[in-house]
Amino acid sequence: MNWRAVGAIYGFEMARWRRTLLQSVVSPVISTSLYFVVFGAAIGSAITAIDGVSYGAYIVPGLVMLTLLTQSISNASFGIYFPRFSGTIYEILSAPVSPVEIVLGYVGAAATKSVILGLIILATASLFVPLRIDHPFVMILFLLLTAATFSLFGFLIGIWADGFEKLQLVPLLIVTPLTFLGGSFYSIKMLPPFWETVSLFNPVVYLVSGFRWSFFGQSDVGVAISLAMTGLFLVLCLATVAWIFRTGYRLKA
Amino acid sequence: MRPSEFRESSAPDAVIRIDGLAKRYATGFEALKGVTLEIRRGEIFALLGPNGAGKTTLISIVCGLVNPSAGTVAVDGHDIVRDYRRARSAIGLVPQELTTDAFETVFDTVSFTRGLFGKPKDPAYVEKTLRSLSLWDKRDNKIRELSGGMKRRVLIAKALAHEPQVLFLDEPTAGVDVALRQDMWNLVRELRETGVTVILTTHYIEEAEEMADRVGVINHGELVLVEEKTALMSKLGRKEITFHLREPLASVPPSLDGFDLALGEGGGALTYTYDAKAARTGINTLIEALREAGISFSDLETKQSSLEDIFVGLVKEQA
Ligand SMILES: Nc1ncnc2c1ncn2[C@@H]1O[C@H](COP(=O)(O)OP(=O)(O)O)[C@@H](O)[C@H]1O
Ligand SMILES: [Mg+2]
Repeated sequence: MNWRAVGAIYGFEMARWRRTLLQSVVSPVISTSLYFVVFGAAIGSAITAIDGVSYGAYIVPGLVMLTLLTQSISNASFGIYFPRFSGTIYEILSAPVSPVEIVLGYVGAAATKSVILGLIILATASLFVPLRIDHPFVMILFLLLTAATFSLFGFLIGIWADGFEKLQLVPLLIVTPLTFLGGSFYSIKMLPPFWETVSLFNPVVYLVSGFRWSFFGQSDVGVAISLAMTGLFLVLCLATVAWIFRTGYRLKA
Repeated sequence: MRPSEFRESSAPDAVIRIDGLAKRYATGFEALKGVTLEIRRGEIFALLGPNGAGKTTLISIVCGLVNPSAGTVAVDGHDIVRDYRRARSAIGLVPQELTTDAFETVFDTVSFTRGLFGKPKDPAYVEKTLRSLSLWDKRDNKIRELSGGMKRRVLIAKALAHEPQVLFLDEPTAGVDVALRQDMWNLVRELRETGVTVILTTHYIEEAEEMADRVGVINHGELVLVEEKTALMSKLGRKEITFHLREPLASVPPSLDGFDLALGEGGGALTYTYDAKAARTGINTLIEALREAGISFSDLETKQSSLEDIFVGLVKEQA
């Protein structure tokens, strides 16, 4: 393993983040706070508790997931897309670096950033609603697993995209709808049976559900299934990344 | 000899061995058509060819940026595919395009490259490299604040960051000012003293002529010729002497048959081609023979064919 290369890429990506730290952190915190004001305080007071959890607290895991997903994808996709776009990728490709090392550097940095942000959002949330975390280790496990999986997914988007529009396309057209329809703000049990079944095809449901279980011990889907589904998606992304590096898809002519 | 059949005898100490290298791009375009070439350790090798000849493609394959369609490349004995780590560790690349980061500082970006190549931090070495490229004063500047020439220097510093054995310079002087050109050539000569092999591509003949130990000419994806520069110059670097005649001639008189003569300008100019490096150029005997044949001339001029003429000749022959 060329660990120095992993460290160099990781350090480069983290430095890029630190340069824009203020906007990287402030904007998610502000938007999350807005959700709390609107959904938690204003609307939430009119909504009864779900599974014995006040609505304000109920949406916290979903909001953290929302941040985690969007940040992982945008960080990782931009991280690899930009060198492709500017041409500086030549340096990575001509260095004695294996695909695994490249992925560890880029995806590791993107995941780190989104975990840090997720924790900041959690801390912000705790200012608005009293929180309890029944299973902190499971919570951390989901946090890491989700950040890693979706950073990997973002990395794939960053390799697939051949323009800035495409870079925005997947998050905008697929990820945001899936997140909103993934039970971040409600329990899918509240849906009519047909839509509840449809929801089970939405991978985000499993993430939010499992993550919420780690807080309140309640979930729409079993926590084991949630973990398995997240793991499956992770494996899918890994396999695709492996294929990309084997063929040089969109990286090498 | 057909260019595609060009083969070089295997050098005992080749640092790069390229064998039957071909590249067909996804568009179907054949950019390289079976190139076989060996680069000797410690030499300065100029790859000379017009735009689109396949120079960048060749370099890109050796450096791992482009997948070959056929053929093999070994760097320092390591196959670039199977043993890519060791092959790439030996190579530094200065790309043709000015592709740099924007927001990193000069010092950081050079250190970054060193890290990518798995080398431990060595601020003293980075400082030495930056100083040799007159970049030390700019070490804390963000790259985007630098001029184009300075960015080019940064790219060179990055390529040298991991102390490579082989340095590729892809069109190093395209759009570069005189000062940088001088600095660059000085650096290249210094590098050669320390045993580094330098391969540069160019379509400027003077550059190959000035710098290289050996020259390879590439055109339409085929290596047309590889030759010691000096041998190339003397072998093909023939000289011409042209006599401007007082009276035009209808044809070259039979008494001058022994000379390599050509009549031009409607019979008004007689051109003699000879080997300038030969012990006897034959000029004296020719002038003697001209007088005996009663041919007088008003003026004469000589011309040395440069690498450029050779190159143009080769490329024309091929087209
Ligand atoms: N990615 C690519 N896809 C298709 N054709 C390419 C690609 N890159 C280069 N070419 C073509 O291959 C030929 C050789 O290009 P290149 O190696 O850059 O030449 P040089 O460096 O000698 O100017 C050119 O005709 C160019 O258009
Ligand atoms: Mg080129």
